[in-house]
Amino acid sequence: MSELQHHILSVLVENRPGVLARVASLFARRGFNIFSLAVAPAEEDTMSRITIVVDVERSPLEQIVKQLFKLVEVIKISELDPRHAVERELILATVRAGAADRGPVVELMQILEGKIVAVGSDAITVSLEGHPDKLDDFEDLIRPYGILELQRTGRIALPKLDRDVRTSAVKGNIG
Amino acid sequence: MKLTGAQALIKALEMENVEVMFGLPGGCILPAYDPLLDSSIRHILVRHEQGAGHMAEGYAHVTGRPGVAMVTSGPAATNMVTPLCDAFMDSIPMVCITGQVPTTAIGTDAFQECDTVGITRSVTKHNELVMSAQDLPLVIRQAFYLASTGRPGPVLVDVPKDVLTNTMDWYWPTDAEVVDSLPGYRPVTKGHPKMIKEAAKLLLSCERPVLYVGGGILKARAAEVLRELAELTQIPVVTTLMARGAFPDSHPLNLGMPGMHGTAAAITAMQKSDLLIALGARFDDRITGKVSTFAPEAKIIHVDIDPAEQGKVRRPDVPIVGDCRLVIEELIKVIKELLGAGEVQADVGPWRSKVSGWREQFPLAYEPSEPGEALKPQFCLEKLRDLAPKGTILVSGVGQHQMWSSQYWQFEEPYTWVNSGGLGTMGFSIPAAIGAKVGHPEKTVWAIDGDGCFQMTAQELVTASVERIPIKVAILNNSYLGMVRQWQEMFYGERYSEVYLSPEVPDFVKWAEAMGCVGIRVESPEEVEPAIEKANSINDRPVVVDFRVDAREKVFPMVPAGYSNDDLLLPPSQNETRRFLG
Repeated sequence: MSELQHHILSVLVENRPGVLARVASLFARRGFNIFSLAVAPAEEDTMSRITIVVDVERSPLEQIVKQLFKLVEVIKISELDPRHAVERELILATVRAGAADRGPVVELMQILEGKIVAVGSDAITVSLEGHPDKLDDFEDLIRPYGILELQRTGRIALPKLDRDVRTSAVKGNIG
Repeated sequence: MKLTGAQALIKALEMENVEVMFGLPGGCILPAYDPLLDSSIRHILVRHEQGAGHMAEGYAHVTGRPGVAMVTSGPAATNMVTPLCDAFMDSIPMVCITGQVPTTAIGTDAFQECDTVGITRSVTKHNELVMSAQDLPLVIRQAFYLASTGRPGPVLVDVPKDVLTNTMDWYWPTDAEVVDSLPGYRPVTKGHPKMIKEAAKLLLSCERPVLYVGGGILKARAAEVLRELAELTQIPVVTTLMARGAFPDSHPLNLGMPGMHGTAAAITAMQKSDLLIALGARFDDRITGKVSTFAPEAKIIHVDIDPAEQGKVRRPDVPIVGDCRLVIEELIKVIKELLGAGEVQADVGPWRSKVSGWREQFPLAYEPSEPGEALKPQFCLEKLRDLAPKGTILVSGVGQHQMWSSQYWQFEEPYTWVNSGGLGTMGFSIPAAIGAKVGHPEKTVWAIDGDGCFQMTAQELVTASVERIPIKVAILNNSYLGMVRQWQEMFYGERYSEVYLSPEVPDFVKWAEAMGCVGIRVESPEEVEPAIEKANSINDRPVVVDFRVDAREKVFPMVPAGYSNDDLLLPPSQNETRRFLG
């Protein structure tokens, strides 16, 4: 298990139909589960950035990265080291909160700097943005009240400004 | 100029200098078949779409140009999956055009609809669903560019029916426009000078080097420079199944084929080498045997145009990403410079005499049949080889006959050997031989087939007869799925499960005749030569020779799957001298 850990891949691709399926199938055919996935247009709208978090050992990951490079629509891949990257994620959760529980839930949201998005008679929907670890903590804290529905965006990440992204490579410039 | 999508498609193929395509029309691709009537492109009408795909492969194998297949949607596209995968595994340049239901019907489970780009995604280098007629010229140009550059491979273009019938304004993209339209595709062809220098130094310092030559040498048209490198450095050469013909078999430095059914000399030389110079080879499991014990003392120089091959199986000491021809040219230059500057190559003389000794002591061997006994398949191949006109192209199916073909033929020129290496597609040989003959009508093309393989794609001999493509087929008919039988004999205690076909049916001679071919049956050794001579003399129609051969014959040498190359099994007659391989 020692080598099995989260790896964050940031993949810049052409913004076209089928690209996500190509990327995802390289993981699927090897039997690797994608832990989280976020994809949206990048700095230019002809490009999208896909942030993939996978639990996989180092050597199969290297092979997957090389195979990803071979996809015609993949332009750039960086593996982001969490120590040198900014990571963010957003969570939306509808929590059971009747009259008696509403106070503690609202208080918790204030402490964590979350937002209350909607209030119903016996539930509220909250949102929280931050580092994925913070969101994990938040989930644990509100679980006792009863989570009715929950959605996380999957993490997005960019390299920190003051660092080189040492493992990044542009196509045609590796090997 | 206004054209329909169909007209634009055919015009684009003409602009790509397509001379011939292999296909079979149907509902969704119908519009494209109309302008084809007025086109300079020859279309060969197959009897099954899989045949069209393998023909395109055979054509590409021998000409080096992308083979083109065109079929309709749904079942035609699914029939194309096997050839696409075959071409993908063996890096064969191919462009396949499939019809698709109209854009408005996609996703409605329309008649003959299937998710072609989804199904073929993992068996193509790239594929594309064209949603507008205006895009067709660019997509076709991209397809040919992708198929034939970098590591070659199959590209599929899926064209909905309304895209074929809609009109567009004709244009033809420039080279620069094609490159700009593929920002993520920048294959590296020139090797890194620092790595090449490192490789040259390592190569000159090793005493037991081997040039491990794979199919990439042929893709890179690098046979000549390979020979120059081998002769300059006097390093022995092994040619893999995909590289047979890349280096002349008659050359004193050639040790033959390595791998599961390779020669003892080639296998052992690799095992005991101190440097493997892998050129367009991918350390396939059929070559390495058990990876952890493969060539344990060897350093690795790995030249490959595909960066993903570097370190996939064996970590190289000197990885060089680039086109084999360009890299070898540079390597030769640097070696000459180093030698000119006073560097001295390590003495490879003792190593050369050692491997030559193995080659002489452990030739390919089989027991000739006694009078009255069944024909030996190896004997048939030797006769086919000896009587073949110069430049004959040999095409094989998959199984025992494939291994014997590779072993017993004498390959002297590149592009004279066509087979299905990576995917191991039974039934490959007849359609691939037709494609090869179309590519080189002036050459004799012999397809070596097994009786199992033949029954998978024989219908394409009808295509060959009707289209006047006079290939020759030698069936090494042992009434068995021979390779499976061999494994059951050796590894399953002679428990033969579902491998016996039938000695009576089909009657291959009658079947051949029914398909418009000449059929000849050969049952005894003295009939072999006359039958081959007769077959070689017929040039107006295909010929099928049904050689009834000994079913007990096995392919040797053999490294059983998963075993170390140190544990290779020699032909029984050589077991006593085995110690000399040490």
